Amino acid sequence: MINNLHSLLNTTGFAHLTPGMIIMWCIGLILIYLAIKKQYEPLLLLPIGFGILLVNLPLSGLMEPDVGLLWKFYHYGIHWEIIPPLIFLGIGAFTDFGPMLANPRLIFLGAGAQAGVYLTFFASHAMGYNIMEAATIGMIGGADGPTTIFIASKLAPQLLGACAVAAYSYMAMVPIIQPPIMRLMTTKAERKIKMAKPRPVSKREKLLFPIVSTFLIILLIPASAPLISMLMLGNLFRESGVVERLKGAAQNELMNIVTIFLGLPIGATMHADIFLQPKVLFIFVLGLIAFVLSTMTGLLLAKIMNVFSKEKINPLLGAAGVSAVPMAARVVHKVGIEADKRNYLIMYAMGPNVAGVIGTVIAAGIFITLLAP
Amino acid sequence: MTTEITAPLPGKIVRLDIEPGTSIEQDTEIMVIEAMKMETIVYAPCDGVIEKMIKKVGDEVEDGDLIATVA
Repeated sequence: MINNLHSLLNTTGFAHLTPGMIIMWCIGLILIYLAIKKQYEPLLLLPIGFGILLVNLPLSGLMEPDVGLLWKFYHYGIHWEIIPPLIFLGIGAFTDFGPMLANPRLIFLGAGAQAGVYLTFFASHAMGYNIMEAATIGMIGGADGPTTIFIASKLAPQLLGACAVAAYSYMAMVPIIQPPIMRLMTTKAERKIKMAKPRPVSKREKLLFPIVSTFLIILLIPASAPLISMLMLGNLFRESGVVERLKGAAQNELMNIVTIFLGLPIGATMHADIFLQPKVLFIFVLGLIAFVLSTMTGLLLAKIMNVFSKEKINPLLGAAGVSAVPMAARVVHKVGIEADKRNYLIMYAMGPNVAGVIGTVIAAGIFITLLAP
Repeated sequence: MTTEITAPLPGKIVRLDIEPGTSIEQDTEIMVIEAMKMETIVYAPCDGVIEKMIKKVGDEVEDGDLIATVA
């Protein structure tokens, strides 16, 4: 009788709970709380938080290879590299590259802010992470969720959950993390610099941009093809003006559907046994460093460009080179207005901001080319 | 002399504190433009009285579009 009761108890999850799982429930619930109460990236943190709860319920089998529901989402969506490129299709349909084309030298700022990615890559590797893990961790500095997930699934799937959550959390915290660094690294006089009126960008230029960049970037860095091709196709939908339905689908329906299938399995990669290790948790520290360094190198590059250029640029724009679109550009605008209430930087900041998206994808492509097994 | 009030950034006018006949002082708030889901306050460029309104609340404006004239 006692034996029967015992075996009955063993069929329930209760008998298999571990303290680590309960800690993970707390982490999942905190993410859900932040999503609902603080509205920190709710579209992602809410499903990620729920995914964490699910995978830490023993015997659920949701992440069991070949059988589990969330495993299938993960395997066919992320491991097969379908979802991150589809997110990029939507981003392309949303993004107006006009501000970048109007002021092409601001592209450099989008590239400059990638230095944090590489600096953190070397630092992480020096600290004992293997070279593929280090590349994935560095990528957090680009502040681009889908790209971080893309590279993690290729190079270091065991770190995917932590890197994705770190990337999305820091993107949500852009308005908290960046302003102090921006004020520290620029003088008030620099923050007051007004930008020259941008040149008008013709419709033809905007139309040619996605086509020309597809050729150029994929020929240069073939490994960036999955993300760049979808980004530029989405942008071509937008700029062509003849496929409003496809543009709308990429921006809304498809984007919303894939977001559901992205968040849940990311959360589900965070099982207590994998996640609660010092090596994984330290990623949050390194990710923050990557992000801070990217902001700093962007600002620094803008200041260096001012030394050599007659027409000064507001160095705050350098901080918008991280690809958290459009949060980083909004922060630049707000810090600019603090210094001078008539200094409206938003449209200028969108230039390096959208260039940063391309910059991060290129950085990822370079890592994959050099490191992928 | 007529001074023009133009949009300093592209976006949608979500608040207008002026109408023909309103007297304004330089650097006081006259409207709010929403761009990138962010509201930006626009200030009066000079002292004067609003002569004519070209745009209204809800209008989308481009950078440099004429919004009102000040006499």
